Amino acid sequence: MNLFDYKRPSSIADAVAAGAEPGAAYLAGGTNLLDLMKVGARKPDVLVDISRLPGLGEIETLQDGSVRIGALVRNSDLARDAGFAKAYPAVAEALLSGASAQLRNAATVGGNLMQQTRCLYFYDQQSRCNRRQPGAGCDAIGGETGKHAVLGWTKQCIATHPSDFCVALAALDASVELQGPDGARSVSLEEFYTLPTEDTPGGADVRPGELVTALTLPADAAHFAGHARYIKLRDRTSYAFAIVSAAAMADISDGVVQDIRIAMGGVAARPWRARAAEAALKSKAPTPELISAAAEAALADASPSGDNAYKIELAKRLVHRAIEQALAGTPQTIPALPGSVFAAQAAGR
Amino acid sequence: MTRSLTLTINGTKHDIELEDARPTLLDVLRERVGLTGTKKGCDRGQCGACTVLVDGRRINSCLALAMSHDGAEITTIEGVADGETLHPVQAAFIENDGFQCGYCTPGQIMSAIGLFSENGTANDPEQLREGMSGNICRCAAYAGITEALLDAQTRLSGKE
Repeated sequence: MNLFDYKRPSSIADAVAAGAEPGAAYLAGGTNLLDLMKVGARKPDVLVDISRLPGLGEIETLQDGSVRIGALVRNSDLARDAGFAKAYPAVAEALLSGASAQLRNAATVGGNLMQQTRCLYFYDQQSRCNRRQPGAGCDAIGGETGKHAVLGWTKQCIATHPSDFCVALAALDASVELQGPDGARSVSLEEFYTLPTEDTPGGADVRPGELVTALTLPADAAHFAGHARYIKLRDRTSYAFAIVSAAAMADISDGVVQDIRIAMGGVAARPWRARAAEAALKSKAPTPELISAAAEAALADASPSGDNAYKIELAKRLVHRAIEQALAGTPQTIPALPGSVFAAQAAGR
Repeated sequence: MTRSLTLTINGTKHDIELEDARPTLLDVLRERVGLTGTKKGCDRGQCGACTVLVDGRRINSCLALAMSHDGAEITTIEGVADGETLHPVQAAFIENDGFQCGYCTPGQIMSAIGLFSENGTANDPEQLREGMSGNICRCAAYAGITEALLDAQTRLSGKE
C-alpha cells in the first residue's frame, strides 16, 4: 500500500473541500477501497474519512412517500430494517445475497454504489486496463472472459458492475444524490453508471470532489412489495458475485400486470433495466408465452464479449424464473439462502 | 506523519502510536497490541480469519483502517472467555470438533458470536451456514462447525 495522508473532516462541506484535492479518495467502510489499495489498483494521496459525517446515516420516509437512504447506512442495517424490508423486499433480498455478514456490517450503501468492477484485469497491475489507465488498452479481451459483459460493452471495456443491491434499485427507478464543490445534484442510478463508448471505458459518473450523500426511491417504488424477487446465479450459493442475476417486481390487480420492473445484474457495466421485457407484460394478464417473450426481449441485444455466450441463455432463463417467482408473490420471509433460485420451493410457499 | 489513536480492546484502553495511517485494525491488534489470536488469512476480506467485533458487530479487521476506528470498542477471541470459563461458543466448538487445524477457529467463533447477536437464534442449519459463509475453513470442518453452532445456541439459551 502506498503512503497516504489521512483526514477526518467533521462536516460534509469540509469533506467535499478535502475530496476535491487532486489524489483524494473518500473512505467509508473501506471494504473495497482498502482491498484495491492493497493490490495497488488505487493509490490515493489522501484518504478523506467520511465515516463519521453527521446526517448521512438515516433511513427516512419523506412527505411525498419517497424514501431517502443516507449514504452511510450500513448494508446490513438497511436489509434488517423491518419497515424497509417489508416495503422493498427484493432490495433487502439483493442486499443479503451479496458479500458476507462481516462485509455487509462494514460496507455502506454509498460504498456499494461506488464499488469497482471485479474484473481480474482491473485488479492485476501487470495487465492493461482502460478503466485503471485510460488509453492503455484492455487485456480482458481475448483473456479469461467467462464472467464478462454481454450487454452494452465495447472494445474499450467489457467489465461488469458487481452490485446486487444496485440491480434491485435500478428496477425501482432509484436516484443518487451527490454533493460536490459546485453544489448538489441528483441523477438516476441507471444513468449514474456510464457505459463504455468507442473511446471511453465507462464507470460511475462522479465529478472531482463529488460525494454520494444519499439514495432515494420514488413513492411508486412501494407498489411492488407484494410481487418482488431478486435471484442470483453464482459459483456457490453464498458469498459470491453474480454470474447473472435478475430482479423482477410487479404491481398486479384483477389478474393484470399494472406495472412491472425487470433488471439484470452481472451482464453489463451498469445494472441493466430490461424495458422491452417490461413492455411485453405491462397491462396484460401474464401467460407462460408472454413470460417467455419477455425473457427473450430482455436479452435481444446481447452479444458475447468473449467466452461468455452461455450467459445470454442463462440470463434469459433467470429472467424467466424471476418473473414467475415475482408473479407468484413475495416470499413471506426472506429465504434462508437469499437470492437462491431454489428458495421459493424450499420455503414451500 | 505519526498518528495516534485509542482503542478499547477487550475492555482495556490502549493508546497507540502509528508511524503513518496505513495499518489495518488487524495489523494493529497483532503487531502493536500483541493479540495474535486474531488471524491473518487472505488479508483481502475473503476468508474471515480476522473477524472481530467492533462496537458489537462482526467485521473483517483486515479491511478496516485502524485510524478510522479511533475510539471504538473491539472484542477479540482473547476477550470472550470469562476467566478460566470458556465462552459457550468456544466450549461448543471443542465439544463438536468444529475445527481441524484451528487456524480459522478464532474467526469462526467471533463470527458465530456476532451472528447470534444479530439474529438471535435459529434452528435452521441452512440459515446458520448462510450466516457463517464469510468464514472459510480450508480443512472443511463445516459439518462440525454447524453442529457447534447448534449446540452453542442451546448452551446460550440455557444460560438466559
